[in-house]
Amino acid sequence: MGSKRRYIFLGLWLVFLMLPIYWLIMMSLKTNQEILSTFTLWPNDLTVANYVKIFTDPTWYPGYINSTLYVLMNVVISLTVALPAAYAFSRYNFLGDKHLFFWLLTNIMAPPAVFLLPFFELYQSVGLYDTHIAVALAHTLFTVPLAVWILEGFMSGVPKEIDETAYLDGYSWPRFFITIFLPLIRSGVGVTAFFCFMFSWVELLIARTITSTEAKPIAVTMTRTVGASGLDWGLLATAGVLTLVPGALVIWFVRKHIARGFALGRV
Amino acid sequence: MEKREYQWAWLMVLPVVLVVAFSAIMPLMTVVNYSVQDIFGPDSRFFVGTEWFKEVLRDPQLHGALIRQIIFSAAVLLIQIPLGIGLALCLPKKGPWVSVSLVLLALPLLVPWNVVGTIWQVFARPDVGLAGVFLNSIGLDYNYTGDSVDAWVTVLVMDVWHWTSLVILLCYAGLQAIPDAFYQAARIDGASRWAVFRYIELPKLKGVLLIAILLRFIFSFRIYAEPFVLTGGGPGNATTFLSQRLTTMAVGQFDLGPAAAFSLVYFLIILLFSYVFYLTILNMDREG
Repeated sequence: MGSKRRYIFLGLWLVFLMLPIYWLIMMSLKTNQEILSTFTLWPNDLTVANYVKIFTDPTWYPGYINSTLYVLMNVVISLTVALPAAYAFSRYNFLGDKHLFFWLLTNIMAPPAVFLLPFFELYQSVGLYDTHIAVALAHTLFTVPLAVWILEGFMSGVPKEIDETAYLDGYSWPRFFITIFLPLIRSGVGVTAFFCFMFSWVELLIARTITSTEAKPIAVTMTRTVGASGLDWGLLATAGVLTLVPGALVIWFVRKHIARGFALGRV
Repeated sequence: MEKREYQWAWLMVLPVVLVVAFSAIMPLMTVVNYSVQDIFGPDSRFFVGTEWFKEVLRDPQLHGALIRQIIFSAAVLLIQIPLGIGLALCLPKKGPWVSVSLVLLALPLLVPWNVVGTIWQVFARPDVGLAGVFLNSIGLDYNYTGDSVDAWVTVLVMDVWHWTSLVILLCYAGLQAIPDAFYQAARIDGASRWAVFRYIELPKLKGVLLIAILLRFIFSFRIYAEPFVLTGGGPGNATTFLSQRLTTMAVGQFDLGPAAAFSLVYFLIILLFSYVFYLTILNMDREG
């Protein structure tokens, strides 16, 4: 494939991705009346009332703060425990390693509805119900296995000779891991952090079950847009547009790590 | 080089095991417990053995949902994996466009799942939605609420829109992790583009592809909110997938027993398929 044709293909794909997003943004700027009755590419009477409502209404904006808080906690916990584990899985044989590795992923396979009642009871009984850390911990159920699996994939791509050489040079394991190994898999760490963020950010069922007011996530607040008079489409679309912002910022910050590969010569 | 035998590696894995087991063990025991009981209330429960499992496995609605589910997941994998690899190869490796492309690619993933359904519900409407109006204006008789094929294709396209970026981002990061030296060696040997892909990029992507395939399989098999919001499972049963059948069962009957049994069967089906994928890809590793 020539590089011109590659970019045309990519460009078309990005346009396809952006069309529904464009529609979402337009919905957020239209009145409900206009959304459902007329086909318009650009709002006839443009309104920012929905944005004003979300930024000023105290039942709306705390949802974003809550979600951001527990998601960040979750990413930190997930990466901290997953990094050494992924290294162990990629480098060593130990008792039950393959079974353990696969068992981790089985936690993603169970239908989430299974966890609702037990999680509710669990977090009630340890006194963490309706706290940010409870949601962060509950979400590690799927983000930790995910992080271990993705990181292991990247670590296995790094030749083991690099480890051996570093140990021969007298590096201790922590020093080797932080100063040599992590920079080599930075694209993997970046993409892992993003996926932990993403899966925790959009998770709705579990987060709803173990929170009520203090740590209520934005995705749950959004379900309130279904009122007696039907769905408030414009408000829901506005909340949807605003849920994109934090994640877009995260990928903006990790983009350098995702995009920069490693050159063996640097080691 | 072979992996080293080292039992102390358990210490590195231990935090992960503790964190995950804390969340995972109790729910699993609860479900197994429910699945063998008939529960009328907190104090009236009866042991019914494998009764619920027999009932669930005989349910004809379940068979229909399972077949639709398998076809859907197969379509998802066959479209998204090759498309994802292809687009990852198309992404520029450096320059200002990298950041822009990455952010744009990530956007669909960040939409909460119920909102994905809402967007497409309006976007695909034949009277006021961009896609619906466009398809009808070029002469197609498109209406996802009335026609089961249209509904099915809409759910599939929505899933491709929503999730292909996951495959692209994973593969792109995987490609970035390939040392330049490999490409230089290939250039000196005069390798064709296809040979570079087949013998350098694809083998290096194997680990990343394994997780991409498993994730796409698992999440497509568990798909719930998006088609539920978009089509409500209809028209008829055309887009009723397994998880929706499970939810109907759990909510509709006020009896946790059959729903728990269904959850377990559901879980075992996903487990079985995933294990087959896992072993297949690991074995390819040994041959290649």
